[in-house]
Amino acid sequence: ARHNSYRGKKMAAVQDAPMELDAEKETKPEILSDGTSNLSGNTASGTLSSPPLTAGGAPKQEDQQTLIAVLQFLRRNKLTESVEILRREACLEDQEDSQTLDGSGGGKGDGDGGDANSLLSRVSIASAAAPQSTLTPIPVKSEYDQPDVSVVLSAYSQQGDPSLYQVYYSSLKNFIESVLDCHRAELSQLFYPLFVHMYLELVYNNHENKAKAFFEKFSGDQECYYQDDLRILCGLTKKEHLKGNEALLDFRTSRFVLRISRDSYQLLKRHLQERHNNQIWNIIQEHLYIDIFDGMPRSKSQIDSMSGSFAGETRREVNKAKVFYGLLKEPEIEVPLDDEDDEAENEEGKPKKKKTKKDSMGSKSKKQDPNAPQQNRIPLPELKDSDKLDKIMYMKESTKRIRLGPENLPSICFYSFLNAYQGLTAVDFTDDSSLLAGGFADSTVRVWSATPKKLRKVKSAAELNLIDKESDDVLERIMDEKTASESKNLYGHSGPVYGVSFSPDRNYLLSSSEDGTVRLWSLQTFTCLVGYKGHNYPVWDTHFSPFGYYFVSGGHDRVARLWATDHYQPLRIFAGHLADVTCTRFHPNSNYVVTGSTDRTIRLWDVLNGNCVRFFTGHKGPIHSLAFSPNGKFLASGSTDGRVLLWDIGHGLMIGELKGHTDTIYALKFSRDGEILASGSMDNTVRLWDSMKAFDDMETDDFTAATGHIHLPDNSQELLLGMYHSKSTPVTHLHFTRRNLLLAAGAYNSQ
Amino acid sequence: CTSTAMTEREERRFAEVPRESIKLMAESSGVELSEEVAALLAEDVCYRLREATQNSSQFMRHAKRRKLSVEDLNRALRWSNTETICGYGAQDALPFRPLKEGELFFVEDREINLVELALATNIPKGCAETMVRVHVSYLDGKGNLEPQGTVPTAVQSLSEDLLKYYQQITRAILGEDPHLMKVALLDLQSNSKIAALLPYFVYVISGVKSVSHDLDQLNRLLHMVKSLVQNPYLYLGSYVRSLVSSVMYCILEPLAASINPLNDHWTLRDYAALLLSHIFWTHGDLVSGLYHQILLSLQKVLSDPVRPLCSHYGAVVGLHALGWKAVERVLYPHLPAYWANLQAVLDDYSVSNAQVKADGHKVYGAILVAVERLLKMKALSLTLAAEGSGAGLPGTTTGAVSFRENSPGLSPPPEPLSEPPLGIASHLQAGGAGCPWEEWTPVSLPAMYCELYSFFGDSLAVRFSTGLPLGGVPPPGPCQPLEGRKEPASSAPNLENTRKMPQLTASMNISPRQDGSPRMEPQPPSLAATVPGRSLARSSSSSVSRSRSSSSRPGRSTSQSRDIFPKARFPLPQAGPPAFSFIIGGRQMGRRCQGRRFQTSFSPTPPLTTHPPRAYAHKLPVIGRVSKPVRRWTCSHYSLHLPL
Repeated sequence: ARHNSYRGKKMAAVQDAPMELDAEKETKPEILSDGTSNLSGNTASGTLSSPPLTAGGAPKQEDQQTLIAVLQFLRRNKLTESVEILRREACLEDQEDSQTLDGSGGGKGDGDGGDANSLLSRVSIASAAAPQSTLTPIPVKSEYDQPDVSVVLSAYSQQGDPSLYQVYYSSLKNFIESVLDCHRAELSQLFYPLFVHMYLELVYNNHENKAKAFFEKFSGDQECYYQDDLRILCGLTKKEHLKGNEALLDFRTSRFVLRISRDSYQLLKRHLQERHNNQIWNIIQEHLYIDIFDGMPRSKSQIDSMSGSFAGETRREVNKAKVFYGLLKEPEIEVPLDDEDDEAENEEGKPKKKKTKKDSMGSKSKKQDPNAPQQNRIPLPELKDSDKLDKIMYMKESTKRIRLGPENLPSICFYSFLNAYQGLTAVDFTDDSSLLAGGFADSTVRVWSATPKKLRKVKSAAELNLIDKESDDVLERIMDEKTASESKNLYGHSGPVYGVSFSPDRNYLLSSSEDGTVRLWSLQTFTCLVGYKGHNYPVWDTHFSPFGYYFVSGGHDRVARLWATDHYQPLRIFAGHLADVTCTRFHPNSNYVVTGSTDRTIRLWDVLNGNCVRFFTGHKGPIHSLAFSPNGKFLASGSTDGRVLLWDIGHGLMIGELKGHTDTIYALKFSRDGEILASGSMDNTVRLWDSMKAFDDMETDDFTAATGHIHLPDNSQELLLGMYHSKSTPVTHLHFTRRNLLLAAGAYNSQ
Repeated sequence: CTSTAMTEREERRFAEVPRESIKLMAESSGVELSEEVAALLAEDVCYRLREATQNSSQFMRHAKRRKLSVEDLNRALRWSNTETICGYGAQDALPFRPLKEGELFFVEDREINLVELALATNIPKGCAETMVRVHVSYLDGKGNLEPQGTVPTAVQSLSEDLLKYYQQITRAILGEDPHLMKVALLDLQSNSKIAALLPYFVYVISGVKSVSHDLDQLNRLLHMVKSLVQNPYLYLGSYVRSLVSSVMYCILEPLAASINPLNDHWTLRDYAALLLSHIFWTHGDLVSGLYHQILLSLQKVLSDPVRPLCSHYGAVVGLHALGWKAVERVLYPHLPAYWANLQAVLDDYSVSNAQVKADGHKVYGAILVAVERLLKMKALSLTLAAEGSGAGLPGTTTGAVSFRENSPGLSPPPEPLSEPPLGIASHLQAGGAGCPWEEWTPVSLPAMYCELYSFFGDSLAVRFSTGLPLGGVPPPGPCQPLEGRKEPASSAPNLENTRKMPQLTASMNISPRQDGSPRMEPQPPSLAATVPGRSLARSSSSSVSRSRSSSSRPGRSTSQSRDIFPKARFPLPQAGPPAFSFIIGGRQMGRRCQGRRFQTSFSPTPPLTTHPPRAYAHKLPVIGRVSKPVRRWTCSHYSLHLPL
């Protein structure tokens, strides 16, 4: 049976693999039996809003209802074709008819089609990605952005006595404060979601003053890392405001996830039943998802390290999917050794050395990483001759690479942008460090040559006709020497450029801008080749696949999109973040994409099927930088809270926290061998961390892996290898050259 | 502009817009609001403002800034389909002022006079080009910025960055690495943010006095001066005086480095002289009386016989670099007095005097070059003055242009004929009482020539040229000076002198045969003088005479000048016999007609192999770098030119 998508709310793709329902059932019988009445009472209106992975007890039924709701929606929007397909595929004919007749709840409401349409237009999902795509397009069955506002909000319509809300909340508070310490930490997690939901309920029901009073009284109890959200909440005192606030709609539609041990949960349940505190119980049932686990309750620090996101913690099962984090096999390329090298070796009288070198390289590339995806799991572009040459260059360079370590720190070169009155917003280096691109707030993209070699355009078509195409140096001849300059400006965007990324072959440059487009520039002609439109809202970041051809972009519309350079429409839409997608990165094997968001979560998406395969929470602020370790095993993320978190992708666990920066971290980069992690921040420092030690210290026992209850050692100071100040220049970008020299870039700030 | 009043509320959680403000705003646009509506609106306005602020903070974060800008807010407004607010994009802070009566706060909104703005003449400079600079910040994870040199204590009050910049730059310039020095000099020349460091750099440069033994360092410091002078962002102000005095030091002082004859301090002096003229021409207006002062000090050195010859040399090249008028006013009047001293040196053949004599030749060469240009420029200026009355401006420009084109080998940058500029000329005239040039009266060109010829003899005659192109038919332009030169001439004819009248233009160049430069029949230079002499003898009645002021001198000096160049005193600069071209032109005066213009150019003939080079070599006024092989014919006769 085909389940509807992973995140029903913004269906991007339909996944094939059923989730492991068994595991879920084991841990969740409790809530199911309690919740059935509520669920059934809620089906008509609530199904759409319930996240798909609640699939829990009666996944079949719930899924069907979801599908029916989808069908209703499609029909209302006259998408008959899609209706047909969906009906056929889901074998829904019979039930659907009967259901639609009594469609009193969610289907209609005051659901104005216009509203839905306008939302829809924001996230238009390619109903069928172009067929010639090398990546087989996944048939997307429905275009769906969000349930109607009224549907979402109607869940709040049940009336308790508003004057008693404070009593309810404080009685729960008293209870939680009175329980044993070990349970208190766990149950305290309830405070924040309950507080928000109760407040919103009051607002929704027009009890403005009561809401204000409620907020006054209890907002101080919340964890400090929810400050930003509370600030948004406190301004919101009218029902009308609620409608326009997407962030809170999302909060409402997605269930807040809590992880509580079985003992604590029992305690809570008993208390609520004894006191007949139905108001709270209802909220827990409807809006919260309590992930119950057996075993020791978690400690406060354990909880704190994982919480902080906009939608609670990760459900454990989300991170159970297999991720092929290994690297792809390197294509076998004969490395012709230079004559120079030969001579040198001969002089030294060690002709054997050459042989061994070749062997080691060969064996390395022949071995297939067990964790690597199939070589052809996603179609990748063929290697061109120039790519092979570049690979050879790369290999040669890597033999000269400096081995870094705690005792051997890299040298740092700082590329200062001077006179950047236009505001430097993004920087990227090519892999070989020969080119440097800057995105500016004045909509320009500028490319500099980081080597003495100047940038030249290709000659005009007329001039190209005159060239002897047979000549050996034709590639040199096509360049127009008159255009040689140290830098080139690229004009085309109509808003600040927030992200730039070079293609691995250095022929193209991507830039994403506030104007809602991603542009592809040719570095041969220095002109714009394509403008990829689709986001319609500011595009915060874009990144080329390490093999070229594909790229990913993420923006204010809360989705990330996967594109191929030769398609004007996205191949995949990764929807699921509850707020802006702020940064996007490709996995080194190009099979996965990671996105960071303002909702303080990180998601890893499978390029093949569009599924979210990892969901990381723990950051306390919007995430602005991401970096994969070169071996593809680990991920580092940096956020506005000045902390770097390290993640193990295979196990789906947080494995380290690096504290030290005092401002937003905008740049993260692992050294070429992965021994050192460099982080650059707005606080004008570059810090180097011992990533090897951080990874080695990780507990990888089965229990931790199974429960996800990590216990982070507070060893930031030990891991910090060095802190380097720039000259009042925020660090915007970091890059390790192929020989492990660290390049940092930023705009000099004279104030 | 709107006014926003904020009242204190007890349960204030954030800034709120009170209903009174809403009502006021509504009233200002002619709408009457009820209390109720105003209250509701106030709340909504407040919420929307907060929403917009929150959204705008995202744009700030993604622009990687800490400061929320008006632009950020406008973007947030635009994305929520709200009209943006205009007029607040200025970088300056907007003062938010309270009004005492009635809790009113408002942003000051000054009126701008658009007409004034549009007609303003001080057009703001465009902002500098965005660029990327790279520097190694940390080597092997360690800072490599340990202080290596000492820093003047005053510098310590500067910001850390500037201080580092200062250290780096001075270290680079005075250090060993020529490449680093180049980079540092380039930066010093283009950096727009070093105004605060100017005093310190000037201080460093004033250190020339302590390194007078080290030519290399002196050179580096002079280059530093050049970079500072050329930096368009720096206002040198009164520091010009200090820089000039440092440069003058290099020109005039008997540097410790010059004790060793192997040290080429001459080049340094040449360079410093050119630098001096550069400073003067570009920044001379910053300090009043600078020209005057410079001339005074140069004159003082020149008139001081105790000073070593290298100082004299410096004074001469300094005058030369300052322009022909400086030469005319200072060097020329001093020449008779100075000549005796120089002659004495040159005539002393004792071994112990060899070094001094070599220095003397240097001075001799420098003087020759200076007076030669003086004559040339004076002639040109007279022509132009004569032409200018009729032809006006175009004549001047073409004259100047043709001059430039025709004198490829001239050392200093082509200078305007109208030198010195009016302002300087005026204060020159208004110089202190008792100044020598107070009673100075211009000497007429012929007189000047006569006198100079009496010193230099044929070497002057040969070198004196109006700069004809070195081959082919001479264009009519260069001939005009000849006519012009004669026009002012008047008064008593002097037969003895007319024989040597400058009725010729000879343009000679020494050139190796291989280089393909046009050659003409080698002629003994003396011919140049005799040919016009003969022609003039015939037309002596009109002719030219020397001026009254110089009438007494030539008699005395002509006899001396003959012995200056004993035969074969100068080795030949190159192996092959040099070729030189010359053109004789002038006007034959007849009784009946005004005169007939004549021009003779000697066309190249087969090389005169029979003629031994030595026969005329001794007449060649090659004074400068005799030891150096001459490579390019354009700079062959002398080389004061060091490109700035």
